[in-house]
Amino acid sequence: MSVQIQSAVRAGIDPHLSPRSLDPEADLMLLHFGPQHPSTHGVFRMDLLLDGEIVVKATPYVGYLHRAVEKLCEKLTYAQVTPIVDKNDYVAPMTNEQALNMAFERLLGIEVPRRARWMRTIFAELQRIASHLLWLGTFTLDLGGALGGGTTLFMHAFRERESILDLFEDVSGARFHYNTHTIGGNRHDIPAGWDDKVKAALAVIEARIPEYEAMSVANSIFVARTRRIGVLSGELALELGITGPNLRASGVDHDLRRDAPYGAYDELTVRPCVASEGDCLARARVRVDEMRESIRLVRDGLAGLPEGPICGYKPVRQPTQVKVTAGSQVYVAIETPRGELGTFVVGGGEPPTSPHRLKIRSPSLHALSAIPYILPGHTVSDAVAILGSLDPIMGEVDR
Amino acid sequence: MNALAHGAAYGAVIATVLLAMVALAIWFERKLAGRMQSRLGPTMVGPVGLLQPIADVLKLLQKEDIVPADADRGLFNVAPVLAVLVSLGAAAVVPFAPSTIAADLDVGVLYVLAIGGLMVIPTFAAGWASNNKFALLGGMRAVAQSVSYGVPLVLATLVPVILAGTMSLSGIVAWQSQHHWFAVWPVLPGLPAFFVFFLALLAESNRIPFDIPEAESELVAGVTTEYTGAKFTLFYMAEYLHTLVGSAVAAALFFGGWDGPFAPGLFWMVGKTLALFASVYWVRWSLLRFRADQLMELCWKRLTPLSVALVLLAAAWVQFVPGGGK
Repeated sequence: MSVQIQSAVRAGIDPHLSPRSLDPEADLMLLHFGPQHPSTHGVFRMDLLLDGEIVVKATPYVGYLHRAVEKLCEKLTYAQVTPIVDKNDYVAPMTNEQALNMAFERLLGIEVPRRARWMRTIFAELQRIASHLLWLGTFTLDLGGALGGGTTLFMHAFRERESILDLFEDVSGARFHYNTHTIGGNRHDIPAGWDDKVKAALAVIEARIPEYEAMSVANSIFVARTRRIGVLSGELALELGITGPNLRASGVDHDLRRDAPYGAYDELTVRPCVASEGDCLARARVRVDEMRESIRLVRDGLAGLPEGPICGYKPVRQPTQVKVTAGSQVYVAIETPRGELGTFVVGGGEPPTSPHRLKIRSPSLHALSAIPYILPGHTVSDAVAILGSLDPIMGEVDR
Repeated sequence: MNALAHGAAYGAVIATVLLAMVALAIWFERKLAGRMQSRLGPTMVGPVGLLQPIADVLKLLQKEDIVPADADRGLFNVAPVLAVLVSLGAAAVVPFAPSTIAADLDVGVLYVLAIGGLMVIPTFAAGWASNNKFALLGGMRAVAQSVSYGVPLVLATLVPVILAGTMSLSGIVAWQSQHHWFAVWPVLPGLPAFFVFFLALLAESNRIPFDIPEAESELVAGVTTEYTGAKFTLFYMAEYLHTLVGSAVAAALFFGGWDGPFAPGLFWMVGKTLALFASVYWVRWSLLRFRADQLMELCWKRLTPLSVALVLLAAAWVQFVPGGGK
C-alpha cells in the first residue's frame, strides 16, 4: 500500500494526474473493468488503477456501442427517424421518440393537440416507473450478485415492469420499440377501457413499493453498501452537466418538467424529489420516491385527459411533403428517467426532407463523466455500486 | 485393521450418499429460489425437475477443458480436486446416527475445524494459479475472509465442547440426547453461539452475504473465473458439500444431532441438516452482499468479542451452576 497515493486520493486527487507520479515505487495493478463484465450495464469499460483493492484512478471509455444513429438520421426523412431513435435509451424508448418529435414539431411549426400532449405525458410517466423499476432490479443485482438476494428483487421488479409493458402493448402493439409518437401527435389512440387497466396496474405497483424499499433502501446491508459511497457534490454535478435523479440527489432542485414545462406538465403539479447527500443511497432514494410521484402524475393525467384529435398534422404519406428552411435550428429538451434528453436539429439538409444535422444530448453520457471524480478512494466493490447508481444506458451513451 | 476397514466402508457409503444429497440439495435450492422469486424453478427434466442437477453436471462435463496459457498448470489442476477432498473429508467424523460414523475420533471437533480451515488452500491456489487479475483478487479476499472467520468459528464451537466436556462429536450429541440441546439450554451461551457459528459457516463456505471471494457482479466469478467444464463442476460441488457438511456439524453441535422422538436417528440428523441447509439458502436469496472491509469489521469488532464472551459464559456455567457440567 502506498501511503502517499492513498492520502492524496483521500484528499481528492486531480483525476487527470497519474498516481504513479506521486510514488514511482508504488505497486499498482491496472484492471480492465469491462467491456465484457457482468456489472458494466452493457459494454462500458473502466480502466481501474488499483492499490490493493482501493481504486486510485478510474478512466472511463465509451464507444463500444456506437451505431452512428445521428449520421443515419441525416439520410432519413423526418418521419422515418422516429423508429431509429427508439433504440437509444432502450430502457425508456418512448422518451426518445418524444424528445425527437417535439424538436421536429418546433422546427416545422406544428401545433400538437391537447389530447396528444396529455397522452404523451401519461406515457412518459409510465415509462419513468418502468425505467426506475428496471434500474432498481439491476442495481440490487450489482450489489447482491446474480446468485443471491439481488436476483430476487430483480425478478420482482421485472414482474411489475411487465405490467407496464403490457399497457404499452395495448396502445401501440409493441412491447418495447413503440414508434407511437409521430410528428404532430400520436399514431395510436388509447383503446377503450385502457385507463382502468392502468389504474389496476398502478394499484399493484404502489402497494409493492414498500416491499422493494424493505429489500433495498431500508435494508441495512444495502445502506451499508451505499451510504457515503460515491459522493457527488452539487457544484461538480452542475459543472459536468449531470441532470435528472443524479443531480437532484446532490441537492440541486432542477427538473425540466417543472422548470421548463412541456406536454401537460404546465397543467399538472410536478413535485421534484430531491435529496442532499449526493451518495449512492441518495440517488437510490430519489428514484424510489420518483416512482411514487410518477404514479400520482399518471393518475392525475388520466383524470384530466381531454377528448379531441390525437394528431395535429396530416399523416405523411409522401415524405417529400415535409420541407424545412435551410439553416433553421432548434434545441428541445425533456426530462427523461435519466435526466435532460435534448435534441438539436438543423433543418434543410440535402435532400431538404431530411435534417441537415441531428445531435442528441444524452444524460447518461454526462453521468458517466463523474466517474473519474467520485470513484477514486473506493474499493472495486464500490465501483460497481457507483456505476449502477448513476443508471447509465449504454445505447444512449454511444448512440 | 478392523477400524480401518470400518472407516473405509462407512467413508465410501457416506461420501456416496453425500454426493447424491448434493444433487438433491441443488434441486432443492433452485426450487426454493424459484418460489422466492415468483418463478417455478426447474420443471422440465425428470419429475418436478428432479434430474435438473444431473443434466447440469452432464452439460458441464461436456464443456471444453481450458487451461489459460500462463497458468500454473499443476496447481490449477489440483485445486478443484483438493476442494472436493477437503469438503468431503470433514464428513468423516459427523455422526449421522448412534453408530453411523466413519471415524469416531476423540478429537472430532478439532478434526472438523482443522479440515475446514484447509478449505482456504484450494481456493487461494485456484486464484493464484489462474494468473487472472479477477481470480487473484478473489483469492486474496478468500484468504482474508477464511482466516478471520476461523476465529469466531472456533470460539463458537468451543461453547458446546465446554458444556459437554468432550471434543468427540458423537460424545457431544450423546450428551445432548441425555440432557438437552445446546441451542435450547443454556440459552445464553448456547443460542448466540449457534448464530455466531452459523454466520461464520456462511463466511467459511462463501455464501451470501459473505460471498466476496466469488462476487460475480464485481470479480466476474472470482477464483473460478478461468475454470471450465469438469474442474468448474468440482468447485461447484465442493461449495455445496462444504455447506452441507457444515450444516451437519451445526446440527450435531447445537441441535442434538440424531436425537429426536418417534423416528430413527438418521431421519432426525438428515432432517436437521437439511433445515439448516435450507436456511443458508433462504439467507442467500434474500440478502445483498457485504463489502470486504465491512466483512472484516463484522468479524473482528462484533463476532470475535462476542464469541470470547460466550466461551467465558460457558466456562462459568460449567463451573458455578449446580449440575451445569454434568
